Formats: sequence, structure tokens, C-alpha cells
Amino acid sequence: MMRLELVKRSEKSRLMSVLSPVVAVALTVVFAGIVFAAQGHNPLTGIWYFFLEPITSLWGVEQLITKATPLVIIALGLSVCYLSNNWNIGAEGQLTIGAIVGSIPPILFPDFVNPVVLPLMLLMAMAGGALYALIPAKLKTVFGTNEILTSLMLVYCSNLFLDWMVRGPWRSPQGYNFPITIDFHEWAVLNAVDVGGIYLNLSAPIALLLVIVLAVVMRSTLKGFEIRVLGQSPRAGSFAGFSTRRMTAFAFALSGALAGLAGMMVVMSEIGKLQPVISPGYGFTAIIVAFLGRLNPIGILIAGLVIASSYLGGEAIQTSLQMSSKLATVIQGVLLFFVLAADTLILYKVRLVTGREGESAHA
Amino acid sequence: MGEGTGDSTGEMLRRVGGDTPLLEVRHVTKRFGNFTANDGVCLKIMPGEIHALLGENGAGKSTLVKIIYGSLQPSSGGIFWKGRPVTVGSPAEARALGVGMVFQHFSLFDAMTVAENIALALPNCRATGELAETIARVSSNYGLPLDPDAHIADLSVGERQRVEIVRCLLQNPELIIMDEPTSVLTPQEADQLFVTLRRLAAEGCAILYISHRLEEVRALCHHATIMRRAKVVAEADPAKETVNTLAQLMVGNEITRVTREKGKLGPEAILLKGLTQVSQDAFGVSLQDINLSVRAGEIVAIAGIAGNGQKELFDALSGEEPLEKEDMVIFAGEAAGLMDINERRLLGAAFVPEERLGHGAVPALKLSENVVLTRHGTGEGIARRGFTRFGKAGRIVETVTSLFDVRKGVLDPEARSLSGGNLQKFVVGREVERTPKILIVAQPTWGVDAGAAAVIRQSLIDLSRKGAAILVISQDLDEIFEIADRIAVISRGYLSRAEDADTLTTEKVGLLMAGGAEKKGAAAA
Repeated sequence: MMRLELVKRSEKSRLMSVLSPVVAVALTVVFAGIVFAAQGHNPLTGIWYFFLEPITSLWGVEQLITKATPLVIIALGLSVCYLSNNWNIGAEGQLTIGAIVGSIPPILFPDFVNPVVLPLMLLMAMAGGALYALIPAKLKTVFGTNEILTSLMLVYCSNLFLDWMVRGPWRSPQGYNFPITIDFHEWAVLNAVDVGGIYLNLSAPIALLLVIVLAVVMRSTLKGFEIRVLGQSPRAGSFAGFSTRRMTAFAFALSGALAGLAGMMVVMSEIGKLQPVISPGYGFTAIIVAFLGRLNPIGILIAGLVIASSYLGGEAIQTSLQMSSKLATVIQGVLLFFVLAADTLILYKVRLVTGREGESAHA
Repeated sequence: MGEGTGDSTGEMLRRVGGDTPLLEVRHVTKRFGNFTANDGVCLKIMPGEIHALLGENGAGKSTLVKIIYGSLQPSSGGIFWKGRPVTVGSPAEARALGVGMVFQHFSLFDAMTVAENIALALPNCRATGELAETIARVSSNYGLPLDPDAHIADLSVGERQRVEIVRCLLQNPELIIMDEPTSVLTPQEADQLFVTLRRLAAEGCAILYISHRLEEVRALCHHATIMRRAKVVAEADPAKETVNTLAQLMVGNEITRVTREKGKLGPEAILLKGLTQVSQDAFGVSLQDINLSVRAGEIVAIAGIAGNGQKELFDALSGEEPLEKEDMVIFAGEAAGLMDINERRLLGAAFVPEERLGHGAVPALKLSENVVLTRHGTGEGIARRGFTRFGKAGRIVETVTSLFDVRKGVLDPEARSLSGGNLQKFVVGREVERTPKILIVAQPTWGVDAGAAAVIRQSLIDLSRKGAAILVISQDLDEIFEIADRIAVISRGYLSRAEDADTLTTEKVGLLMAGGAEKKGAAAA
């Protein structure tokens, strides 16, 4: 009898830690090829349009960076949550609430026009996102509710709240009854500047800075150590004098703040006002980015670019192959599956077993 | 069997004479990948023989037993039952042959009765009145009184073991395998068990007896097979050996005996005054007005059967569970009852919990990171201004490694890749290297082989003689008598008065463990 068997490694495989996302991406490309073939397209053409064509132009690269930025920022926060064993699935809601709170200055005080408004909006957005994220955190630590459910459900609350705000109290009087707020003034938007042919605003460098900061925090500070220890072994964490409750609040607040920041910057750079929908699901996609990036800041930066390209790829196959851009969402989901599956290789090796050698057990 | 397989086989042949062995294991080898767990192992068990299987952790005893019981298949070699070759494909087949097993960790359902649990194990059997009658008869026959209608949850550990044994007996076995049966028993309960085992043997039932406790092997067993590094290295008549010679056969070299001289006593370093704490956990034990003092330079041990409040006491002392009043725990003259674990460490206290992996160390973190785990808040500069210094922690790993002979494959491995004994040496060494003024350690050598245990025990004695106050919470009476200056016993959350170890005997401590401590504790209060 022959079969494949997973054999536990005594230590994590460093090689596989690096290779497993690559394996996952490769399998996803193969899967995408099969989907293209099933739809009657040449798989190679499909793969070209979906994965490569979008980044062959400067404009495409600019779009890539624009889309990757909020994904990376949100995923950084989520990685702290997931590493510390807190399952925040509601970044989309924290993004929305953050954007609403941060929009208070330009909407309610349109005459308050000066350079202070810009940082003020970003800070308020972070505070809003953090406070909204603390709701599931507190529900978890005080009542023991499952944070996956509560954080997810709060996404729908926040989206409906935004919808109501832009149709009701905050609707622009000059908006011809469209559900939009007034346009933000000049100090409430992020302007793009020309960087070697690519137009970028402040958010991309902020994302890069956050990547570096979090990489240092995780690698060489006690806080980063605390995050890892509590995530892996709460009992050992309490033996080290770390508090699981405080960590839950910290991780949720941090990821909520970063989601709020990302949401605000999207609004300030791409939209310039509030409207019923401000995010194409960045908060959810960032979950995939976080895991594809191995919950590692540098990995998240790369994963953010990979996933952002799938958004562009979805648009590309829509125009060139007349396929549904929803395929992008399918491929993102499949990618997450493959990432989680390929992670098995880090702790296990695959062995072909014949006959009696196969009795699995530890001596 | 055994042409030219060496001395041990020859000895076996001499011993056997003409009789057919009940069970014979011939040249069994078992490989897991590159690792050989059993290497050409031979074993013969005669009817009515109590046969000891000795060896350190990892010597290959469990693998051999699993092969005999059918849960593992040998890579090569064979098993003979009453002279005929057999293939034991599963535990069910083993039971059909007449092999029964009593496991070290019980497999009983707490919420069900004794009869229901036993019925589950027997083929086509329900918990009827007939079965209850049989249980009552068999159990009283063998001096293992049991109430068939009692719920498992209400039974003591010793009684639960009886259920396992009776369950095994009802299948009319000719060979019973017992894995560390006395590790959970009081000395009195163990004596009771020995009576039963001798009786069974006299009736012709063979017993394969696995134990670390060489004293009881000497008293009980007719023959011993000793394994070391996957091989059978010796056969012996335990009655003719001493504990020391048996231990030497197991370890393979002279074990350094732990040496202990009276230390110079300093001031009271650990003082517990009316330590009372109601357990938040439904299955936890509440601590009842515990009073104890440990002076600098001495080791005080707390004996007791597992689950009598040891875990709760440790958590209260370490500060992982908050206390009501600050003067319930006084470390080095400072009321520490309301302090968290790192504030207590700053007072000079160090802690070693019972559970190595998951409490004392994070499995997936490197040893250097596990140094940071307990020493980041001790004011040694391992964490400064929020930054960790893994380099410094790495040097501590090196010191601990050389002082305690921690064997590891790479310079800084993950904690989980170390063997139990080596990890325990690391976890104890990590604290001892700090030369703490106060050390509280639970089960310092639990599941650790004799060599590592001796190193750890000696390090505790040496630390105390340098002026540290040490409190050891342990279930292992041999260990306690080896290292402790004074001994107290915990039972259902009550602690007896700590008495001089020299004035105590195993029997006296055993009585206290079986509940005497509660009366004494209550009387003292």
C-alpha cells in the first residue's frame, strides 16, 4: 500500500517559510489557467492579461501602488492581531468608521481651512477606527464572546451607518440629492506628486514607513516579543508577566487605528468626499494579504502588491476577454486557500510511504 | 532462538529451562524513519512471572509495549505466544490473545459509572445487574473493592486505577501490561496494589511491569529486562541487585549521587500567612489557610498527590493568580501578595512551573527567546527601553547549556525540539543561573531520566547552600527525601506543618498525603 504521509519536522523549516507563499502563488496561477480554459480562453492568454499585462505600463504600476497601499497598512495591523491570537475580521468596518470620524472636520467645519486639518483628520480617523475595534475586544475580554463573529457583524453596522449618514444628516445640499457629502477642501485631501512618471500621494510612503516600524517592533522590542508569546502560548505569556486581556485590547486598537488611517487616506486621495461605498473590500482582502505575507511586515508589503495586481487583473480580463471581474475575488479566495494549505509544509514534510513503514506514531 | 546474539540471550536460555514462555519477543526492530526505537529486542515472559521492564525515558520501553499490545507493528522480528508465532495487528487482537493493559493515563469517562465504563470496554456487553455483580465479585476477590454504581468523577486516583485493573481482569488476561502503575498512588495504595499483583501472579497470570521506581521493582518483580538506547542491555534478578546497580544498568554509567550537607540558615525568605484562595475553576482546589516559612539556606518540600492544590499554590506564589491580601505572601520581608510575577522576580524570586512546554517555555520559540520570557523584567538589562537584547539572552543560553549539560543539536534550537530531560535542565538552569534568593519549583524532575534528575537536584541543593530559600512542590517522595530539609504535605488545599525530613518516614508522609494533612492543617489553624 502506498500513500503520502505528513511527517512532523522537529523545527520549522526556514526554507519552506519563504517558499510556501511562492508555492501558493504558483498553484493559484495554475488554478486560474484552468478557470480560463474552462471558460473557453487560452489559459496562457488569460494568465498574461490577469497577472502580467496590468503592470506593463507606468499607469498600471501607479494603480498597483495605489491599491496596495491601504491593503498593506490594514494587513500590518491585522498581522499583530493574528500573531497575538486575536481574530479581527472587521477591519472593513473599522476602516469605514475611521473614515467617517476623520471626515468630521471638513464636513462639519468646512470653514476651518488650514494645514492642521490634514493631520487632524488622520489622527481622528485612527482614533475612530481604534474605538470601533475596541468593541469586539471588550466583548471578548469581558463576556467571552467570539471576536470573529462580533467584529464581522460590526462591519455591516458600520456600512449601514455610513449609508445613512451620506443619505441623511451629511448629504450635500448641492449634491442634486445624490447620496454624497460636500467635497473636501484643499487641506482635507491628499494631492499626488510626480515621482518619475508615477503620480503618488503621501499614503504610499506612510505605508512603507509603517512596514519598517512594525518590522523593527516585531523583531527587536519587548512589545513584539509579547505579541508573539501571547499568541503562541497564553499560559507562558502570563508566566512572563504579560496580560492576555491587555494584549487583546492593544491588538484590536492598533489594527482598528491602522484600518481607520487607511480608510481615511483612500477617501482623501481617491474620492474627496464620503459616499455610500468608499472601499472595494480592502478590509477583507487585507486578511488574505496578512496571511499571504506570513504575518511578517516585509512579506505583507510583497503580498499587498501581489493581491493589488489581482484587482487590476480583474479589470484587465473584463476589458480584454469580456470575463467577469468577479474572477479577481475568486482568485483571491483560492490564493488564501493555497497559502493556508502550503503552510503545512513549514511544520511537516511530505513522504511517500510504502507498506508497513507507515505506522504513524511517536516512539 | 538467538544463535549468537550475545550474552543476554544466553542468560535467558539458562533461566528458561524447559518451559515454553508465555510471550516471547524475538529480535524485534522498530524504525521510525531514520530513528530506531527498538533494535533487535528479545524478551521472554514466563507464566506467573512479574517481569520488570526498566529503562530511562526514550530507551524504547513504550515502543516495545505498543508492539506487544498491537498498537504498533515491528519493522522486523516476531512475537511468539505460547511458542507459536502470532501477528498482533491491533489492541483488540491482543486482548483476544489474552494480553491486557493498564495505562499510565486512565481512559475513563468521568460522568459515567464504574459499570458503564467497564461495559464500554467489553465486547457486546451492557451495564446490567449481572455485570455489576461480576465487578463486585472480581474486585473484592482481588482486594480491589469497587462500587459498580459509583461515578468515576467521585473516585480517587487509586480507585480509578482499580477500575482499569478490574476492567482488564474481566477479559481473563494471561498477561497484564502495567505502565508506571504506582506513579499516581500513595505508598499505602501502592502496597495494596502489590498484594493484588502477587496474587494474580500466583494464579499464573504474567505481569509486564514498567516502572521508574527501582525500590518497588526490587520488592515485587521476579525478573528484570533492562533497555538502553533501543536495545536490551541486561537481564537481572532484581532481588539480587541493589537500587544503585539497577540504576547503573539503566543509565550505563555511575550515577553521581546527590550530596547534601546541612546548610547555614539565614532569615525567613518565604513566608506564607493564612494564604487562602477560593478556586475560580469548578475543578480547581481552594487553598485553605496555608502557613509556611522557608529560611534562606534550606529546601522545604511540599509533598502530595497531584490535584490537591499544588497548581493553585504555585500560581498564588508566582503571582499568576491575584491574591486578596498583600501579606498572604511575603518574599524577603516584602509583602508580595498583590504584586505581579515580574515585581516578585525583582524581589529576587524565581519560578519553575510543572509544565515545561506551554508554561515554562514557549514551544516554537528559540531558547534565547525563552530566556527573555522569564528574565526580561528582572533588572538584568535583557530588555532595555522596550528593546530586547537577544544577544545577551543567547550568552545566558550558553552558560546554562554548559552548567547543566543541556544537549542540543544546534546553537539556539526551538524549545520543542529538546527532549524532556534536556528542556527541564534548561528551564531550571535558566532560573538557577540568576542565583535567585528565592526559588519556587514544581515537579523539578518529573518525567526526566535519572542522569538529568541528579543534575537538577544537585543544582537545587547547591543553590540553597549558597543562601537561597527553595520551595519544591513534588509528588516524588524519593526526590523529596533526597533533597529536602523539611517536608510539608498538601491535601485538598490544606498544608500540614513542615517537619524535619530526618524525623519523617515515607509511611508517615504517605499517611499525610492520604488525607492526614487536612486534619493537621485544620488543627493548626
